[in-house]
Amino acid sequence: MQPRICGPMVGGAVLCLSLGIGQGYAQDHAEYEPADIEYGRSVYLEQCAACHGEDGDAVAGVDLRGGRLRRAALDRELIQVIRNGIPGTGMLAIDLDTAEMTGIVAYVRNMTYEIDVATLGDAGRGRAIFEGAGDCLSCHRLQGRGLRTGPDLTRIGAVRPLSALRRSLLDPTGTMRPIDRPVELVTADGTRVTGRRLNEDTYTVQILDDDARLRSFDKADLREFHVIAQSPMPAYGDRLDPAALADLLAYLVSLKG
Amino acid sequence: MRRMETARRAVLVSTFVAAAAAGVSAQDVSFERLRAAAEAPADWLTYSGTYFSQRYSELDQVAPANVNDLQLQWVYQTPVFGPWQSTPLVVDGIMYLTQRPNDVVALDARTGRVFWTYSYATPPDHRACCGSNNRGVAVLGDRVFMATLDAHVVALDAATGAELWDVELADRHLAYSFTLAPLVVEDKVIVGSAGGDRGIRGFITALDAATGEEIWRFHTIPGPGEPGHETWEECPPNPETFCDPEAWMHGGAAAWLTGSYDPELNLMYWGLGNPGPDFNRHQRPGDNLYSDSVVALDADTGELRWHFQFTPNDPYDYDAVQIPVLADIERNGVTLKAMLWANRNGFYYVLDRATGRFLTGQPFVTVNWAEGLDDNGRPIETPQPPGAPTYPGVQGGTNWYSPSYSPRTEMMYVPAWESYASVFDAQPQEYAPGRPFVGGRPRAAAPVADAPTVPGLTRGPVNTWTAAAGSGAVVALDALTGEQRWKFEMTDVTSSGILTTASDLLFTGARSGYFQALDARTGDLLWRVSLGGQIVNGPMTYEVDGRQYVAVIAGSSLSTFALRDRTTRP
Repeated sequence: MQPRICGPMVGGAVLCLSLGIGQGYAQDHAEYEPADIEYGRSVYLEQCAACHGEDGDAVAGVDLRGGRLRRAALDRELIQVIRNGIPGTGMLAIDLDTAEMTGIVAYVRNMTYEIDVATLGDAGRGRAIFEGAGDCLSCHRLQGRGLRTGPDLTRIGAVRPLSALRRSLLDPTGTMRPIDRPVELVTADGTRVTGRRLNEDTYTVQILDDDARLRSFDKADLREFHVIAQSPMPAYGDRLDPAALADLLAYLVSLKG
Repeated sequence: MRRMETARRAVLVSTFVAAAAAGVSAQDVSFERLRAAAEAPADWLTYSGTYFSQRYSELDQVAPANVNDLQLQWVYQTPVFGPWQSTPLVVDGIMYLTQRPNDVVALDARTGRVFWTYSYATPPDHRACCGSNNRGVAVLGDRVFMATLDAHVVALDAATGAELWDVELADRHLAYSFTLAPLVVEDKVIVGSAGGDRGIRGFITALDAATGEEIWRFHTIPGPGEPGHETWEECPPNPETFCDPEAWMHGGAAAWLTGSYDPELNLMYWGLGNPGPDFNRHQRPGDNLYSDSVVALDADTGELRWHFQFTPNDPYDYDAVQIPVLADIERNGVTLKAMLWANRNGFYYVLDRATGRFLTGQPFVTVNWAEGLDDNGRPIETPQPPGAPTYPGVQGGTNWYSPSYSPRTEMMYVPAWESYASVFDAQPQEYAPGRPFVGGRPRAAAPVADAPTVPGLTRGPVNTWTAAAGSGAVVALDALTGEQRWKFEMTDVTSSGILTTASDLLFTGARSGYFQALDARTGDLLWRVSLGGQIVNGPMTYEVDGRQYVAVIAGSSLSTFALRDRTTRP
């Protein structure tokens, strides 16, 4: 029996893809996150299915279902084909952001796998969580609202894959980029400053302090300089049930700027 | 570690409460602060320093007596090659700078270290003329605004560089673009379109700074039924040469450079570019308003209050894209609200900026296309015979690079091209969307046949032309009469703006890469340094922690100078 992917579509119809046989590993196959595959499916249906068909076999001589593609053995080659098109063929260049590209590569490489996670919930409910119970604006800024303690999230859905967003929500300390780790410093006159590093070199460090001011310091002028590995963001797996988490993720991935 | 996290959370909570109470702003550049920019010279808050666009600073720490102690403090290098025309802003020690094509960089004005970089994804199919130039940003509140080569305007969070809104104002495929630094007035961001040599119909537009929503738009070429449209005259029944019945629709009049503003009159002033096609006046009969004009617009509504045209039915590309310099000058007990204008056409003008009335004008470089100006300031034309050189040449007696006015000396300082001519050759040209639309091909007049002539926009490290083909100068004019007080001559022509300060110093650059300080009262050279790259922006000055800095871009480097600090650590 062939594995099947089933999922809700716009309008309430149910999509079921009959999948081909075999496992379509690309040569540089990495681990594809279920969340990216799930998201990639929606991108595929929107951007690709008109020509390639929902099952990936509508173009003569091109069968996407195997994941093994003549012109795109490697993921970076697949990205090039999508980004630039193939001159002289019907394959046109498609302009995708990072999240969409990550998703579509993950999906095309895995059209033969069954997905058993319901990753994306309702973005509208997710927004309510973001602005309400999640208290996200108390640290993050979004479209000119909220604090700047954490990174701006206005375009987070365009620059981070869904899988990375999910990991950030579940394990903020483990996934926090080192440059985003909070810093605490004490100046020569004893003033204590906390904030987020933006740039650092041998002699100086530039931060956005907790009053949202850009500040630059000579390290030689500092009495103390600490980097805090613990993220101030709570792990949302402990705070939200899976459905609410899926809603929040749906909202985050919708943030394209 | 646990204790640290707890402490950290406490900090965050207290910060949130405090910040929420204070309204949270990274910067606080209010309109009132912009109005009073001249009184706070530590900052450089607008493209031209202040709304009056004098490029004059009250800072005086660097002075004629110590200018030789200027020392390089830091350099910021752009990764992008090409003429770099940006003027940085400085707000509370933070410098905001654009680099090609449409990046914004926020850096520490004391050390040059970068806080953040925003890169706008300029589409490669934009048709901006002439090069991927951008001249800077504007600030208001906690926001930074940039206009882009594909005719968008973006608003950024000044603290993080995050994009807040992005609006498209015109079709890039028709060669609409923005190269200027926006102007902010009250709660509006105002931009003007470039593209005047590619068949656009120019416009100036005001946007809501909060949302990007368009508030008003002024078309620099009046449409049918609007006053001034009659200056795009109908073609005669059987014209002897090609005449374009729709010339006004693609007649140029671009607003390439940032306007100035008089808060008391609530008038904005914008200089407008050449009519299109540049060189064939015959296919667009009439004066071609408002090309080559300055327009005074009501800042609230964008309605035209007055205009003054410098070069009617221009066939020389003498566009009026100079910065309108505003000055209140007292003479004989009367304070005149003056507008000072050294025009590309080689004449220096003084206007009454309340009414637009012409007060006086005379050439500041060699001019032979007109023998003078009549009582209304209209040129009395003396077109040269075919093949004969016309002075000034196509790049003009000056161009877009900023002049300076010092209220201390009451002199207007103009970067000038001397003894420079072109031979103009008009050719009919039909409009094609988005394509160059110039109607001819002028060539710089050579001193002898086949001798190298002055390059139009850029130069390499070697001069193979000489002053016989044209040369550069800083010309100091009595602001009210236009009479020359002194002249500082340079072998090469100049593309550099000018800065003056309250210590009577004048800073300017040169295409040769020299950055130099002159005595603003006498023109004597006091200091120079060779920065090794063409200077095509305007130097500016600011102060951080009580120390005055002077910044200039040469080639791919922004270099910043201050007086030698003997306490500086290694």
